[in-house]
Amino acid sequence: MALPVAFFAVFFAYPVAAIVARGLEVDGVWQLGRIGDVLAQSDVRHVLWFTTWQALASTGLTLLVALPGAYVFARFDFPGKQVLRAVVTVPFVLPTVVVGTAFLALVGRGGLLDELWGMRLDTTVWAILLAHVFFNYAVVVRTVGGLWSQLDPRQEEAARMLGASRLRAWRQVTLPALAPAVAAAALMVFLFTFTSFGVVQILGGPTFSTLEVEIYRQTSQVFDLSTAAVLTLIQFAAVVAVLAVHAWTVRRRESALRLVDAATTARRPRGAGQWALLAGVLGVIAVLLVLPLAVLVQRSLGASGFGYYRALTREDGGAFLVPPIEAIGNSLQYAVAATAIAVVIGALAATALTRRDAGRFVRGFDALLMLPLGVSAVTVGFGFLIALDEPPLDLRASWILVPLAQALVGVPFVVRTMLPVLRAVDGRLREAAAVLGASPWRVWREVDLPMVRRALLVAAGFAFAVSLGEFGATVFIARPDNPTLPVAVARLLGRPGDMNYGQAMALSTILMLVCAVALVVLERLRTDRSGEF
Amino acid sequence: MVGTLAACGSSSDDGGDGSGSGGSKTVTLVSHDSWAASKDVIAAFEKNSGYKVKVLEDGDAGQAVNKAILTKDNPQGDVFFGVDNTLLSRALDNGLFQPYEAKGSDLVLPEYRADRDKHRVTPVDTGDICVNYDKAYFAEHGLTPPKTLDDLVKPEYKDLLVTENAGSSSPGLGFLLGTAAKYGDAGWEGYWKKLKSNGVKVVDSWEQAYNEEFSGSAGGKKAKGDRPLVVSYASSPPVEVVYADPQPATAPTGVADGTCFRQVEYAGLLSNAKNPEGGKALLDFLLSESFQEDMPLNMFVYPVREGAQVPEVFSKFGPQAKDPQTLDPVKIADNRDQWVKSWTSLVLK
Repeated sequence: MALPVAFFAVFFAYPVAAIVARGLEVDGVWQLGRIGDVLAQSDVRHVLWFTTWQALASTGLTLLVALPGAYVFARFDFPGKQVLRAVVTVPFVLPTVVVGTAFLALVGRGGLLDELWGMRLDTTVWAILLAHVFFNYAVVVRTVGGLWSQLDPRQEEAARMLGASRLRAWRQVTLPALAPAVAAAALMVFLFTFTSFGVVQILGGPTFSTLEVEIYRQTSQVFDLSTAAVLTLIQFAAVVAVLAVHAWTVRRRESALRLVDAATTARRPRGAGQWALLAGVLGVIAVLLVLPLAVLVQRSLGASGFGYYRALTREDGGAFLVPPIEAIGNSLQYAVAATAIAVVIGALAATALTRRDAGRFVRGFDALLMLPLGVSAVTVGFGFLIALDEPPLDLRASWILVPLAQALVGVPFVVRTMLPVLRAVDGRLREAAAVLGASPWRVWREVDLPMVRRALLVAAGFAFAVSLGEFGATVFIARPDNPTLPVAVARLLGRPGDMNYGQAMALSTILMLVCAVALVVLERLRTDRSGEF
Repeated sequence: MVGTLAACGSSSDDGGDGSGSGGSKTVTLVSHDSWAASKDVIAAFEKNSGYKVKVLEDGDAGQAVNKAILTKDNPQGDVFFGVDNTLLSRALDNGLFQPYEAKGSDLVLPEYRADRDKHRVTPVDTGDICVNYDKAYFAEHGLTPPKTLDDLVKPEYKDLLVTENAGSSSPGLGFLLGTAAKYGDAGWEGYWKKLKSNGVKVVDSWEQAYNEEFSGSAGGKKAKGDRPLVVSYASSPPVEVVYADPQPATAPTGVADGTCFRQVEYAGLLSNAKNPEGGKALLDFLLSESFQEDMPLNMFVYPVREGAQVPEVFSKFGPQAKDPQTLDPVKIADNRDQWVKSWTSLVLK
């Protein structure tokens, strides 16, 4: 427990506190009055209002679109299901700089909607909502679908045998069992959309602004640190509230449900209705998720003979000190280091959280570990800059800073994946081993490890994919001689010229493929009792 | 080679180099992410001066300046390059730099000099923010491209221009400042009202305006951009030529000469630089002929040193504006925030 707490304190709490203090503390006196001043501005209240309602709307829409998907993935068997489950997760781990551009090709001018119906959604709130569905579809499918696939269908059948209608059986048997998972997924989607940055910036145009966008603008452009600090605190409070509710629903969800092996509950669709449902879900996935990704690939192939890909190896590119292709190696190295850190920290935290004597404080820590997902990257990035600048923590010039920042985002996923599995390990086994004289380390190695090995691998894989795609914090600290893939893409997009644009698309495609491969491998490792992601 | 050298320099003594002792042989340059230089030019400097150059790129221009100010007590490097005239006063007021008069300062063209008595900053390059136009579009429609700011509000150019949010994008801000310089405190808001009713579109970033909305750029063509006028740089046309494969004989885009606002970028010795001697050598180098002549095709900017030669592809496709708008940095400092605020409520709401 000590290590995760220290990690969290040093690399998250301390930098964030330092930058907030820089904004709100003048000559040692806290300017808490600023909070009232900032809240009194109508612009800020407008931002707050927009942030909240678009997050609510996005969450509702995502549930509406993705719940049928969760059902199909849970209950139906069809060829290519594993690959498809990986594919729908790709958007979630890709940086928005990469896909925002592609998404624009779908809903923007000359896009599919435009060509079919003459409808353009760019710079409307619909583009933002649809993109949020695109990015968060996987959260619902994985969280709700994961549980759904393990609910014993015979319970519902039994209810029907006893005379309940199909609807009633579903409402009284399946729905209550699913509700906590749906709530947990909804809260996660709410968290991600409430703190949305890239999507809103790219698709919303300058007229729509979320808290996160405003924090970025105030810190990075206007340099009004005190307003930024207040906005950070507001977002912080909102995120803590969401996480508290989330932790509560998760605990309810872990209450005893009779779960069965997911492999036994899925079967081939039967009857016209089920086939239509499957076709409908596949259609939605094709249009909403696969098509934007396909646009990226298509644009990367614009030059003849893979010209953009070949250009990636050239050293005279201009935008970089190194051939862009080296970004792949950098990204992989950073991601491996970040994964190692995230797995160690996350596994230790998850183990501590499952201990029977874990008190209120420890359980609260569960929610705290999720906080980095809800705090703006610019806050963390600037915090790193001013907090980690003195020995023994002078890390600003060190390569380790990038994996550390990425691990912050990876840890929550590791914890969420490991916790349910660890909690399922029968405590009596551990006690028995201890009684027989095994050391705590040996108990862990011989009792827990064999059971959680797969979960650990899944967690590692997910942390790896998330690290690969992490953009927000990385862009603040990545060094020019070692750009990561998302940073390189952003840099190439920042320059005019056909070759730069094409190379950005080619690198994006490569990033997408690497993430997809990591996720497909994950699918093969799926645990019988799946975690929350 | 910069990359490799910088990587070697940093892997051997990570966590401390550039901020090491005064006698350090590494000099660290902090810049924004548009920094670029030829390796042989850097290598020659390293050979002559005995310093190894390490470069730290810190996001876009505004962000890099803000980060440098935040870390000024314990800076990440010795020299900061890339504060332009729109942000100069923020850097100076915050005490970011210490005085040093670089060798060759006397050769800087007079119009680019700033902070003349204190020498806290050294001008390094200059560039123009200008409306670019899509040549093909105007040829196809038998329409003359606009030349001046006044032209942009004429009915024949309705719904053709895309610009950037002045609150979040540096070309967007430059364009706003250009209009403020041209029409004055009393007139610029009226000009923007006309621009707005003439259908100007505002997006958040240069990337979006140029790569998505503008019909003349490589990216914009693929994205089916439908705005043939965009606020970008005078140097964008040569970039379209240099980064095309094969290179076309003429640039697909042109510059409306009478719409330009001139930016000057400065470098300075950071106040608490760990290696001030190395920093001074680096500043001298930034003004040297070899570096000044190397800049155009790397950063797509013009030299400030008298007599520095500009490559032909650059001067041919991206000539400097003849009579650009300029504004005194002090005037910018006093008005920037208020202008951006008024502009935001006028144009975005």
